[in-house]
Amino acid sequence: MDARTQEFLDQVQAGRQVETGDWMPDEYRARLIKFIEMHGNSELMGVLPERDWILRAPTLQRKLALTAKIQDEVGHCQLIYRVVEDLGKPRHQCLDDLISGKSKFHNVFHYPTKSWGDVGVIAWLVDAAAIISQKALLKCSYAPYARVMKKVCWEESFHILHGRDTVLAMVTGTPAQFELVQEALNRWWGPLMHFHGTPIPAEEDPMYVWRIKSQGNEDARQQFLEGYVPQILELGLEIPDPNLRRGDDGIWEYTEPDWDELMSVVTGHGPASQERLAFRRLSRAEVGWVAKVMLPEAA
Amino acid sequence: MSDRARLLLELADDELILGWRNSEWTGIAPFLEEDVAFSSIAQNEIGHARALYELAARELGTDADALAFDRTLEEYRSAPLVELRRLEWARTIARHWLYETADAVRLEALKASDDPEIAGLAAKMDREETYHRIHAEMWLDRLLAAPEGRTRLEEGLRELWPYALGVLDDELRPVFVERVRARLPFELPDVEPVPRGRHEAELEELLGEMTMVRRSAPAGARW
Amino acid sequence: MIWEVFRQERKGQPFVHGGSFHAPNQAFADAYAREFYARRQESVALWIVPRQAITAIEEFPDEFDLKYRRVDGYSIKERLREARERAGTASSDGAR
Repeated sequence: MDARTQEFLDQVQAGRQVETGDWMPDEYRARLIKFIEMHGNSELMGVLPERDWILRAPTLQRKLALTAKIQDEVGHCQLIYRVVEDLGKPRHQCLDDLISGKSKFHNVFHYPTKSWGDVGVIAWLVDAAAIISQKALLKCSYAPYARVMKKVCWEESFHILHGRDTVLAMVTGTPAQFELVQEALNRWWGPLMHFHGTPIPAEEDPMYVWRIKSQGNEDARQQFLEGYVPQILELGLEIPDPNLRRGDDGIWEYTEPDWDELMSVVTGHGPASQERLAFRRLSRAEVGWVAKVMLPEAA
Repeated sequence: MSDRARLLLELADDELILGWRNSEWTGIAPFLEEDVAFSSIAQNEIGHARALYELAARELGTDADALAFDRTLEEYRSAPLVELRRLEWARTIARHWLYETADAVRLEALKASDDPEIAGLAAKMDREETYHRIHAEMWLDRLLAAPEGRTRLEEGLRELWPYALGVLDDELRPVFVERVRARLPFELPDVEPVPRGRHEAELEELLGEMTMVRRSAPAGARW
Repeated sequence: MIWEVFRQERKGQPFVHGGSFHAPNQAFADAYAREFYARRQESVALWIVPRQAITAIEEFPDEFDLKYRRVDGYSIKERLREARERAGTASSDGAR
């Protein structure tokens, strides 16, 4: 590592904030773009599992809340891709790479949604897992991204409440409604445990080394379990992991997730990966003319 | 059912079904900024529908969700214009502009209603609709200014014109027609309106999807 | 075109940079600014500016001693102590 890069690394590790126009090592810029782009991709792909359910929402209130939630996610994608653009990668290229499978998006958005139970579980628990990561990103060394995260976290605050409220209505409803939630939880628990990534020690995670992430993966997962397992169990729901328990030292033990499965899913082999990418490809092609007419520079 | 309730349901059904159609663009609009803007429009429409259903519900002894979700196909009073499935952007903007222009005429009349509740709600909706109209106008301007946009928009407007004529009754329709003709740089033909009362085939499919979760639990279940 | 938005959270507060977006012209920029920075009533006012209208300045010369025009250029402690002693007004606890 040359002296200038080393100096930069020492500075970000000491808490320095980097702005768009600052000199940055190529490695830092490349990692930043990849990480932030994946986040933007995830917000955009995250819309797909949920949007069908806007049309099927069982009350006007739920329809409005779900629409607003998904609107936020599209908005977050916009904010996040703008950060990537200012780092040098245009939006259309991000979209091209997403659709071609060249860039990735988070595991949870590669799975199908089957019922209104999924809607509640996703809005509550997937958003909860995401918010833990997003709060850690408030301390990202790259300041424009950290600033966007502030707005993102503020807007996300109602998503979890809406999700939990949706779940509560069902678990206090008919036995069939309770079952919808339990069945959804059974399917989503695995992806939730994968969500924060492999338990790589923070010091070995390049994202942490460059202070792009300020929290290790396992730390985030433990935070999720500590906050949400009690909330899930108190509703009378069962978590489909017989080994899940909180140790006396406060550390949660659980069945080790299959990390190969995670790698397979994020590289496009999840149950809904290809179908969703095809959908994106199609809708982008159909409205391509609009972007060309309206925003020729960003089409 | 009183004329008042019938009127409220007609307005509410228009807003609900159009809001439902506009929600189909969430996540797949032509670009991200517009996706967020258009979603607000869809939410506003659902919000208007809710307020209108609530007003009708008090008179009919039921609740807004029951009116929105639990009626039979024949009981909905929406205009054919809003029922069409046109998940194509030029058609969407054409419908958006035509509907907002017609709705403006309708709201002006309702704001002058003797019924204070209806006049009050119409005024509230109109204040929000101002932004919908601005949005529709800016899209119209921009698409008309680009050759490809203008061609597609003109096609959309011609296709939807007979349906748009069916949104308003004989009394209000002439004002709407005059405003459309004054605004567009091309002629729209004299055609028969596609009237309310007959539903487009797409409505049955829409209602089926819209109510599938609700119908999966007994009436009165909480969601 | 890229547009930058400055938002005011409450009356009386400064306008602070909120973010940026793409829009083809002023009309669209107005609409999108409202959506992104005020749809939750989170701002009471917005300023919208095309990015190209903004100039960024980040380097400022600091060659000569300019402390005379800043607070940290003044240390009055010693002289104050001397003046108080001379006037007989110095207190034993070295009060300000």
